[in-house]
Amino acid sequence: MSESKAKNLEVKTPFRTWIRSRKIQKRLLIFSFMFLPLFLLLVFTYIPFVKMIQFSFYDMKYLGTRTYVGLKNYIEVFQRPEIFGSLLVSLYYMGGALIQLALALFFATLMVFKVKGEAVFKGAMFFPYLICGIAVGFIFKFFYARGYVLDSILQAFGMRLEDIPMWLQDKSVNNPALVATSIWRYTGQNMILFLGAMMSVDSELYEAAALDGANKWHLFRYIILPSIKSIIVLNLILSISGSLSAFEPPYVITNGQMGTGTYFVIMNRLAHENQKVGLACAMALILLAIIIVCTIAQKLFFKYVFDDGTSDESKAAVRRRKKAEKEQKKLMRNGGVIS
Amino acid sequence: MKSAKPIGSIIFSILKYAALVLAAIVSLVPVSVCVLTAFKTNDEYASTSVLTLPNSFAYFENFKVAMEKANMLRGFLNTGLVLVVVLAVSVFTGAMLAYVLNRITFPGRGLIENLFLFASLLPGIAMQVTIYQIMYQFHLINHLYGYMIVLMGTDIISIYIYLQFFENLPVSLDESAIMDGCTYFGVFFRILFPLLKPAIMTSLLLKGVSVYNEYYASNLYLQTPQLKTISTALYTFTGPYGNRYNYICAGVIITIVPILIFFLIFQKQIYSGMTAGAVKG
Repeated sequence: MSESKAKNLEVKTPFRTWIRSRKIQKRLLIFSFMFLPLFLLLVFTYIPFVKMIQFSFYDMKYLGTRTYVGLKNYIEVFQRPEIFGSLLVSLYYMGGALIQLALALFFATLMVFKVKGEAVFKGAMFFPYLICGIAVGFIFKFFYARGYVLDSILQAFGMRLEDIPMWLQDKSVNNPALVATSIWRYTGQNMILFLGAMMSVDSELYEAAALDGANKWHLFRYIILPSIKSIIVLNLILSISGSLSAFEPPYVITNGQMGTGTYFVIMNRLAHENQKVGLACAMALILLAIIIVCTIAQKLFFKYVFDDGTSDESKAAVRRRKKAEKEQKKLMRNGGVIS
Repeated sequence: MKSAKPIGSIIFSILKYAALVLAAIVSLVPVSVCVLTAFKTNDEYASTSVLTLPNSFAYFENFKVAMEKANMLRGFLNTGLVLVVVLAVSVFTGAMLAYVLNRITFPGRGLIENLFLFASLLPGIAMQVTIYQIMYQFHLINHLYGYMIVLMGTDIISIYIYLQFFENLPVSLDESAIMDGCTYFGVFFRILFPLLKPAIMTSLLLKGVSVYNEYYASNLYLQTPQLKTISTALYTFTGPYGNRYNYICAGVIITIVPILIFFLIFQKQIYSGMTAGAVKG
C-alpha cells in the first residue's frame, strides 16, 4: 500500500512541480475561470453585435436570400412615419422620466427627515418595481379600461362618465396614461437609490447644521443636494436612452396601437412580425449611437462640471465619482476602437 | 421668530405625512383593486362597481380557472427550474471572472474588462434581433436550456457587483495565503469565496427578480405551451380571456404573491442591493 503510494508520488512529481509553478497555475486559472463568461460574451454579445452591423446593410429576412442595399435601411429609419412618430412618443417618456426623478427626489428628501412608519411608506412605493412588466401591463389595462378602476374613482369624485376620455384610445391622453404606469413602477426604485446616496452623508452634518439654525430648505440645498448631484445627473442622462428603450407598457397595454408605439415596440414589430431584419438592425444601431453620445455627454459633464467642486461631496461620493470616471474613460477609449 | 418655528415644523409634518400617504395610496390602489376583483364571482364582477368589496374573500374559483387556463403551474415549474440553474451558474461564473479581473494581472486584462463594460451599453431588446438568428442556427429555440444559456450570457450586472466587492477585500488576504503555499484556486475557493457572501446575496436577489420577471426572451425562445414561464403564461390572457378581468386579476395576483413574500423577507437586502448595483445604473 505505502509502496504503491510512494511510487505514485514519484511518478507524479514532475507533474506536481509543473502544476505548482506559479506561472502555469496562473495560466490555468485565467483560462478555466474566464473561459465560460468570455465564451458567452462572445456568442451572445459580440457576434450578434457584428452581425447586427452587417445585417443593417442588407434587405433580408431571417431565412432566404439577402440583397445588399447600402445605407438604404438607415435612410428608411428617418423616412418611415411610424418610426418618426415613435421618436415623438419617446418625448412623452422623457418628460415622464423628469417627473419621476423629481418625485423620487422629493420623497427621498422627506424620508431623510424622521418619518414614522418609514418602512411601510418605503415598501409601498418600492414594491411596484418588483412586479413583472406583464402583470403591471394587465393591472393598468384593467385600471384604464372604460368604466373600470380609474373611471369609477373619478365618478366617485363626481365626474360624469361622458366627460372622462377613453384613456387608452384617445390620442390626446393615451401616451401620458402609459407613461404614468412607468412612473408608478419606477419612482420608488429611484427613491431608494437617492435615499442610499443621501444616507451616505454623515448624520452629524445634519445635526450641526440644525444647531446653526439651518432650516429644511437650507439642509436640502447645501447638504442633501450636493451629496446626490452626481447620481441625479447620471439618472437624467440615463433617462434619455431609457425613454427610447421604453417597451413593456405600450407592448402589453395597447400593443402599440393608436399612436402609442415606442421605438422598441416598432423595432420589435419590424423584426419579428414583418421580418424586416435589416431595417430593425439599423434602428438598433442608431439607438446605440444615441446611447454612446449620452455616455460621452455624461463623461464630459462629470469631468468639467463636477471637477474639483468636491469639497461639498462626501468622501464616499468622491471615491464613487472618481471610479465611475475612470470606468467611463476606459470605456470611451474602447468604445472608440469598436465603433 | 422662535415661536414661529414649531408652527412651521408642524405644518411641515402635516404636509409631509399627507404627501407620503397619498403616494402610498397611489402605489397600492391599482394592485388592491385587482385583489378585490380576483375574489368576485362572475355575477358580482358583471354587476358591481370594481371599487366594492367582494362578497367573500374565500371564493377561489377565479384562481383555479386562471391556473388552468394559463397553465400557470407549468409556468412556475419552468421558471423555478430556470431560476435554480441560472442563479447557480451565474454566482460561480460572475465571482470567478471578477476574481481573475481584479486580482490577477495578465496582458489583455484591460481589454476584457472594457469588453464587458461596453457590452452593458448595448440595448438588450435590440440585440435579440440577431441573437435570435444565432439561437436558430444552434437549434436552441424551444429548449429550456437554450433560454437558460441566453440568460447566463447576458449577465453583466452581477459581474459588476462582484468586481466592486473584490475592490474592497484587502489583497493582503490573498498574499498571506499564497505565502503559506496556497494555490490561486485555493485562494479563491477557500479564502475569498466564503467572504463574498454579501455580494452573492445581492447578485442572487437582483438576478433572481429579473429572471422571475423576464418576458421578452422567454416569449421569443420558448414558444410551445409546455415551455411557458410564469410571465409568458400570464401573457396568454391577452387572447380569448382579454375581457375577463376577474380571471386576469387572479392570474396577476398569483404571479405577485411569490414576489411579495420574497420582498417582505428580504426587504433590507433588496434596498441595499439596489444601492450597491446603482453605480452601474
